[in-house]
Amino acid sequence: MKVHEYQAKEILRRYGVPTPRGIVADNAEDARKAAEQLGGRVVVKAQIHAGGRGKGGGVKLAKTPDEAAEITQKMIGWTLVTHQTGPEGRVVNKVLIEEALNIDKELYLGITLDRKLGCPVVMASKQGGMEIEEVAERDPSAIFREPIDAVLGPQPFQARAIAYALGLEGEAYKKCVDFMQKLVRCYIETDAALAEINPLLITKEGDVLALDCKLSFDDNAMFRHKDFLELRDLNEEDPLEVEASKFGLNYIKLDGNVGCMVNGAGLAMGTMDIIKLAGGEPANFLDVGGGASAEQVKNAFRIILSDKNVKAILINIFGGIMRGDRIAEGVVSAAKEVGLPVPVVVRLEGTNVELGKKILAESGLPLITADGMWDAATKVVAAAQGK
Amino acid sequence: MSIWADKNTRVVVQGITGREGTFHAVQCRDYGTKVIGGVTPGKGGTTHEGFPVFNTVREAREKESADCSLIFVPPPFAADAIMEAADAGIELIICITEGIPVNDMVKAHDFLKKSNARRVANGETPSRLIGPNCPGIITPDQAKIGIMPGHIHKAGPIGIVSRSGTLTYEAVGQLTKRGIGQSTAVGIGGDPLPGTNFVDCLAAFEADPATEAIIMIGEIGGTAEEEGAAFVKANVKKPVVAFIAGQTAPPGRRMGHAGAIISGGKGTAAEKMEALEAAGIHVVKAPSDMGKRIEEVWKK
Repeated sequence: MKVHEYQAKEILRRYGVPTPRGIVADNAEDARKAAEQLGGRVVVKAQIHAGGRGKGGGVKLAKTPDEAAEITQKMIGWTLVTHQTGPEGRVVNKVLIEEALNIDKELYLGITLDRKLGCPVVMASKQGGMEIEEVAERDPSAIFREPIDAVLGPQPFQARAIAYALGLEGEAYKKCVDFMQKLVRCYIETDAALAEINPLLITKEGDVLALDCKLSFDDNAMFRHKDFLELRDLNEEDPLEVEASKFGLNYIKLDGNVGCMVNGAGLAMGTMDIIKLAGGEPANFLDVGGGASAEQVKNAFRIILSDKNVKAILINIFGGIMRGDRIAEGVVSAAKEVGLPVPVVVRLEGTNVELGKKILAESGLPLITADGMWDAATKVVAAAQGK
Repeated sequence: MSIWADKNTRVVVQGITGREGTFHAVQCRDYGTKVIGGVTPGKGGTTHEGFPVFNTVREAREKESADCSLIFVPPPFAADAIMEAADAGIELIICITEGIPVNDMVKAHDFLKKSNARRVANGETPSRLIGPNCPGIITPDQAKIGIMPGHIHKAGPIGIVSRSGTLTYEAVGQLTKRGIGQSTAVGIGGDPLPGTNFVDCLAAFEADPATEAIIMIGEIGGTAEEEGAAFVKANVKKPVVAFIAGQTAPPGRRMGHAGAIISGGKGTAAEKMEALEAAGIHVVKAPSDMGKRIEEVWKK
């Protein structure tokens, strides 16, 4: 789960991680008041989840409260396009008004899971403001990595090593050591999946602050962070994906016109791949789960059909323990209830698959049966092309 | 022969009185697996579907010589169940549970590492964790320890290792239809921190006289496939066929499995396929070609 910058910074402050003073606003008047409170000279930052806001025009300096109000007026309701939002962009509903600080250095600090080591790793770089992937690509030696023992937590010597790697001295060095330890504690205790401070700001006065912050959490751990659930911003998510998640369906919308309904994440990805190989474009990823009950199939039909690009649907169910005839009955009853405006190709595998195919064929519905994944893929691609 | 599981494996089911645990304990027993009982704290001393229930894994090990545990415990308690099994000296721990927090798994892995170091120092066999978020392991006609449909399998010479459950079934289905059986099929799971990796399985299949060729099924995210490729290049003489799911997956999105995500442009299917090919592995682009390809390379 991702959160906005202003929400991430509130969480950081709970752990004592210093951030610039800031106030969130959703209208010009509140923005003016906020700027007055913060001393007049502020930065107005559009609150969307995607990165690249600065380049897209979503971060602007305001020298006076009036200017802050003016910028906010323009930003609220505006669609901000960055390289991470895709061409459709994201509508800005809130801005963060933040005090403008005297920048000495901009550094990078990030924490994420190292899958190979099996523990969190802190990444630090002197090249703040740049995307870490770009730095890694160009000059991997510019990134300092420090693995953290998740049981013991961050140790002071590790924080010192990072501060030295960042080339810090004096007051800034001391503050960075403190900053780093608090940030790692925040990362571990909130079950974060990513904590990225980019840039990590060193001010001319020697203060160390999180100028920007990206925080995302492990969805599997949200049962012990119920208070985070209200931080979810549904405006940032695809409405169909939100709808699908209500039914426990794993759905991701894509750009093609062949809808797919599959049981199992791996098989669902494999189905998308084979549609592409057969000359089509998948419209979505959708995992109906192991059981593929009639109710789930019905919900999945509704979600897939809400995407107006869909010209044909491929149902690929490897029945496994569930009987093929039961799945076929589920598909038929769901199809009758939902109605099928597009051709549907069904590939069933598992016990009683012949009986299942018979049920599909005799249903009177425009269901096309297929043998194996390649047969199913070529049939559904042809159907989507109106052949 | 086979790897890790056979007709002598004695399985205890953790979470046996739950819906999933009950259903699959019975399915495994029906297949012929030696399911010696289950564990549900507080229900020790009772019987459930004919299985004796114990309060602790240690008790199941002491009384029924369980050497394998199959875990169906809900996500908030699953890491604890893994640690309990390891502490009781269980050699093969198979965790089916999906949705365990990463932090819990980091701690469980740390516990396993320490407990295994002690065991090795004492001359005992260390614990192997398979999963979490996996379908389990099956050695056809001997032991089915997991949630896979037993009837699609057939005993034979092909070893299978996969990050995906249903794609494993797909591979098995294609082989069995061609009359080709499997030595052992291992689902290593779709989580970012699996207990057993491609390398572990490839090494075991290479050493297993009953396995003549190997299918490995990977997916986007992480570098486990690349590590597997390097291992094959250096150590594996048997032919290997591979498929990588997610060739069409968009970057930055989690494709169902917690571990299936392309992050920062890394972990793409294209990168993995390239690494596998460079290691002399026969990579198929279409999942429907796994069975056909193995037949071609295995019969050579």
